[in-house]
Amino acid sequence: MDFIFMWEAFLTLLPGLPLTLELAVTSIVAGGILAAVISLIAVVGGPIGRGFTRGYVFVFRGSPLLVQMFLIYYGLGQFRPLLQDLGLWVVFREPYWCAVIALTLNTAAYSSEIFRGGLQAVSVQQVEAARACGMSGPLLFRRIVLPIAVRQALPAYGNEVILMLKATALASVITIMEVTGLAGKLIADSFRAFEVFIVAGAIYLAVTFFVTRLLMIIEFWLSPHLRMRPPSLT
Amino acid sequence: MELIDRYLVLVGFGETGWGALLLSAAAMTLGVSVCGFLTGTILGSVITFMQLSRYAILRWLADGYTTILRGVPDLLVIYLFYFGGSAFLGYVGGLFGYQGFVGMPAFLTGTLALGVVSAAYQSEVFRGAFKSVASGELEAASAVGMRPWPKFRRIIAPLVLRYAIPGLGNTWQLVLKESALISVTGLVELLRQSQISAGSTRRPFEFYLTAVVLYLVITWASSSIFRHLETRTLRGTRRAL
Repeated sequence: MDFIFMWEAFLTLLPGLPLTLELAVTSIVAGGILAAVISLIAVVGGPIGRGFTRGYVFVFRGSPLLVQMFLIYYGLGQFRPLLQDLGLWVVFREPYWCAVIALTLNTAAYSSEIFRGGLQAVSVQQVEAARACGMSGPLLFRRIVLPIAVRQALPAYGNEVILMLKATALASVITIMEVTGLAGKLIADSFRAFEVFIVAGAIYLAVTFFVTRLLMIIEFWLSPHLRMRPPSLT
Repeated sequence: MELIDRYLVLVGFGETGWGALLLSAAAMTLGVSVCGFLTGTILGSVITFMQLSRYAILRWLADGYTTILRGVPDLLVIYLFYFGGSAFLGYVGGLFGYQGFVGMPAFLTGTLALGVVSAAYQSEVFRGAFKSVASGELEAASAVGMRPWPKFRRIIAPLVLRYAIPGLGNTWQLVLKESALISVTGLVELLRQSQISAGSTRRPFEFYLTAVVLYLVITWASSSIFRHLETRTLRGTRRAL
């Protein structure tokens, strides 16, 4: 173990961290919004909506993310004249945006299933109780369905966030120099795979650790009714 | 129509078609995934034994293993095995007086990397399955005087496998999709073959689309196999839901 080399490796890899986080945050936020739309279509869209969302989920969950990324980055490059006419070429010529689009579409497929599960786990009795109190439509959704669904879906969604953080590493294959990209380059230059692996792995583990703690706090904050009551005198 | 005809010639089995190569690459994807998955099953069960051990140090090691391997991008693990393995082979070669680069075989890299990563997931699946084996069954086995090994072989292993099948199915899909990452080591599996074909024909869209379709066929077929296995192993059991 060469600690001086590992420290240097750490200093080489750290500049890639902002890019990793940027990729992860952008695609998680965009993917979350898309997933919310998709799961709503699945729940209220009738047979056509359900068929469409089922197809979407099947395609994006059934094929590797890396292939999807290649299809978007290299595959769509084939239609350059058309994309230029549409003014979309500025987006699709950048590996960064192609990676974001692939990650977004991919996470939307996984998250929409999680959201759908959360929405469908809201029990009929609770909705009936709300109706009996005179709530309906958006008010019912906002006050009753949404909070319960979010609480049910949060643990699974937390896993998805961690998976996305790891998935940003694939962007390095289409020439984006985030942490894994820099690590791969450093390994190829120095040929010291083990040390670089430890350093890069530690960076990812640190971020994951932080994210899991954050999710635990959110979960705690969202479930006050499940906590033990403070002892009272009366 | 003309577009579709041209596409079918491109990925077909004619003289200028890439169909045969794509299919054999798909077979390579299946091969490396199966080998990696089985390696992961063996390693994963060892880790489950460690997790359920009465010695804290073994439990601690197993927890560390699953935490690290599930928290680090798989691409890094592949780099570790590819470059680290080559460095190690070069060192061994040096002991025998061979100077120069010894490349790590890509198939072995893929099998090891997929095995080590999926072992972390499979051990969690096995552990969960073991937890759902009713303790009464274990006590009954001890009560009729079974020693640890017959108890494991006759009672624990069949029950754990039955409960583990859905989780193993998920892990298999994960391994299958992860096998696409092995293409960075140069192993000619489905994604690498698509890259090669795309490069030499300048039709990336068609080839990557074909790769997506072939992956979908494989995942669809394997998920129906796992569903069949699940119903088969649940014969003779009752379920509340």
